[in-house]
Amino acid sequence: MPTLAPPLPETQTSPDLEAIRARFPEGSITPQEGTDWPTWIVRREILVDLARELRDNPATQLDLMADLFGVDYPDREERFDVVYNLYSIPRHSRLFLKVPLREADAVVPSLIDVWKGVDWFERELFDMFGIHVAGHPNLRRILCHEGFQGHALRKDYDPARRWILTEDKIYKPHFDLPDGEDDLFERMTINIGPSHPAMHGTFRLMAVLDGETIIASDVEIGYLHRCFEKMAETHSWQQVIPYTDRLNYCSAFINNVGYCKTVEKMLRVEVPPKAVWARTILSEFSRIMDHCVCNGTTLVDAGALTNFWYMFQIREEIYGLLEAVCGARLTVSACRIGGLIQDLPPDFEARCRTLLEMIPPFIEDVEKLVDKNRIWLDRSVGIAAISGEEAVNWGWTGPCLRASGVAYDVRKAYPYDLYDTVEWEVPVLYGGDVYDRYRIRMLEIRQSLQIIRQLLDRGMPAGPHIVDDPHVALPSKEACYNEMEAMIYHFKLIMDGIQVPAGETYQLVEGANGELGFYAISDGTGKPYRLHCRPPCFPIFSTFPQLINGGSLSDSIVSLGGLNIIAGELER
Amino acid sequence: MSQPMAQQTTAQTTGRPVLHPHPTETKPYKQSFYERTYLPLLGGMMVTIRHFLRNLLGRGKMYTIEYPEERRNYSHRFRGHHILTTRPDGSVRCVACYLCAQNCPAECIHIEAGEHPDVNIEKYPVVYEIDMLRCIFCGYCVDACPEEAIIMSNNYDMAYFTREQSIVGKGDLMKPFTFDESQLGYRPRFPEEDAQRARMRRGAFDLVAAAKQAQAQEEQKVAAGR
Repeated sequence: MPTLAPPLPETQTSPDLEAIRARFPEGSITPQEGTDWPTWIVRREILVDLARELRDNPATQLDLMADLFGVDYPDREERFDVVYNLYSIPRHSRLFLKVPLREADAVVPSLIDVWKGVDWFERELFDMFGIHVAGHPNLRRILCHEGFQGHALRKDYDPARRWILTEDKIYKPHFDLPDGEDDLFERMTINIGPSHPAMHGTFRLMAVLDGETIIASDVEIGYLHRCFEKMAETHSWQQVIPYTDRLNYCSAFINNVGYCKTVEKMLRVEVPPKAVWARTILSEFSRIMDHCVCNGTTLVDAGALTNFWYMFQIREEIYGLLEAVCGARLTVSACRIGGLIQDLPPDFEARCRTLLEMIPPFIEDVEKLVDKNRIWLDRSVGIAAISGEEAVNWGWTGPCLRASGVAYDVRKAYPYDLYDTVEWEVPVLYGGDVYDRYRIRMLEIRQSLQIIRQLLDRGMPAGPHIVDDPHVALPSKEACYNEMEAMIYHFKLIMDGIQVPAGETYQLVEGANGELGFYAISDGTGKPYRLHCRPPCFPIFSTFPQLINGGSLSDSIVSLGGLNIIAGELER
Repeated sequence: MSQPMAQQTTAQTTGRPVLHPHPTETKPYKQSFYERTYLPLLGGMMVTIRHFLRNLLGRGKMYTIEYPEERRNYSHRFRGHHILTTRPDGSVRCVACYLCAQNCPAECIHIEAGEHPDVNIEKYPVVYEIDMLRCIFCGYCVDACPEEAIIMSNNYDMAYFTREQSIVGKGDLMKPFTFDESQLGYRPRFPEEDAQRARMRRGAFDLVAAAKQAQAQEEQKVAAGR
């Protein structure tokens, strides 16, 4: 068994939660023991009432519906678990609700009246598990093709199965529109994407236009769906790391960190200080890179090409640093469970300092070009605006939420790695529009630079780059060739994988566009039993049709850029 | 311009007063008179002119390189094309233990084992193929190998005309095109060798300069050969 660090904190049940629990019939809510987050097992009959109570009760105020996913236990009498991940931004508390369901009666009530953000999550639940969501207005497949048969994340679904998917089954949207008698122009339905350069990946936007104005729209996703979660179930814990690279490929390193931290938490291993230090620095560089890509492409969408080159130069140089650390640029796979892929290069600090010198002039150049440029201001101020209250209800997190005036940042709320030891601030703006989303990213780049500078001043901690535990990390080559024991560990780790003790946990990090969480369930074997990724883009993009309705078509392109939707992460 | 969405977050059933901890309205940025005059655009123009002159006059500092004449020189840890190493007698070092195939997340390594005439070696790969279009260059095969039989070079030129060509066999993987030490790539868990190779490549920090230098050396070689 791996070495055990101090045990995880006990389930915290606050008196407020107890008061709410007492209000519901006996036996309908059972707190689950032995989990590291407060978890309630809830009967589905009271789910909607409970959800509304939890949201509106001033004692709980669970206003952010962060996540919803299913788990399949084929051997259990109640085969499915539907897990709701709720967070309260004002109260800073988190609660998981689990609703067990029988296979013959796999129906949950929809919570769309309570949190609008559950819309797509409930569709995904239906798509992946075949669980019917009663009362959902538009319950159809979301990530898989309409012609797909079966439900991919059920345990009895064979991942090697293939289906012939034809065009005649493709979803055709139907828009309920009032008659436009006084319209001067003929209405036109226009289809943009999935392979249109303005769609930043593979999204399909269908919009009904009245002249230049979008009067109704719908989006279709799933063109880049790889079923990351099913693939994780067929690979060992270590082998999942390259898959996480491909979630948010603009900042692959942060995904690595988020995933590795999840597994490390289950293994209870202590990551060496050097790895923690490097992870924090490289995460911040990845965040800078992601923000640069987002702002650069948003400005290109508005016609300002020059900024793109300045922003991409930063990204290019940061890729150089990542490549020197791990050997790859885009899909880095730079973390290993328990530490880093290999020791930091000797010139790591010098390279970081060079980057710290190099980045600010480019940022300033871009700011001089567009910050007070009336063309950009006219294109972005007030476009696709959303208030903080609405954004939270839709499940937004990350820079987009902070641009709407809500200061929720995982690095402050649940400090991990070294974020609680450095001085930095969470910038907040109140416009909630494309311009403030652009500005907030610029401000966050500055905060990230400040974090990196402080960490570099502290100096690189001495010691190993990966935990010295033969159950987790591969032994050194020298030991392998000279010691029989090390060679056996090497073979066991590769053939059987890391043996993660049975249990479940949720670990969250601040991704470049919001709360990136991994919910992992282990049954004690070398492969994840279930690995769910909380994609920050997913709830954000579900808001997109509402954001662009009423605006002009060209504004919708700029709005999409400002939201920083990454297809790899959205569709997993 | 689209309007902010209507505020609908109210307690519909409980009738309790609703707390609004988050802003319910947006406060967009207000343009000053100076910004409305388009004058700040002149400041932006200065930025582009500065970059233009810098690129025009200081050609040595250009950010772009003219690929494929100039090449970026990646670090000594780059995860590029694989190499199958050989024994001193030229036979393949691999003992067909299948660890690399087992550890490959992309399942791109295909091995068929055969019995080696030397009883101390026991096995060798009759077939060893890597599907380069499937490979994701994660380096897990190098991590797994207990024999130093598969290593990586920093060669990133991989273009194929057909899918069949992309399946690279044992012969091509063993070709010693990169046994120049400085051309080796990802080789983790050898800290001393890593430090040594880092010293060899210390001058390569400025990638563009290094690429130009390599090109000049190449030209010199060509000239000397002539």
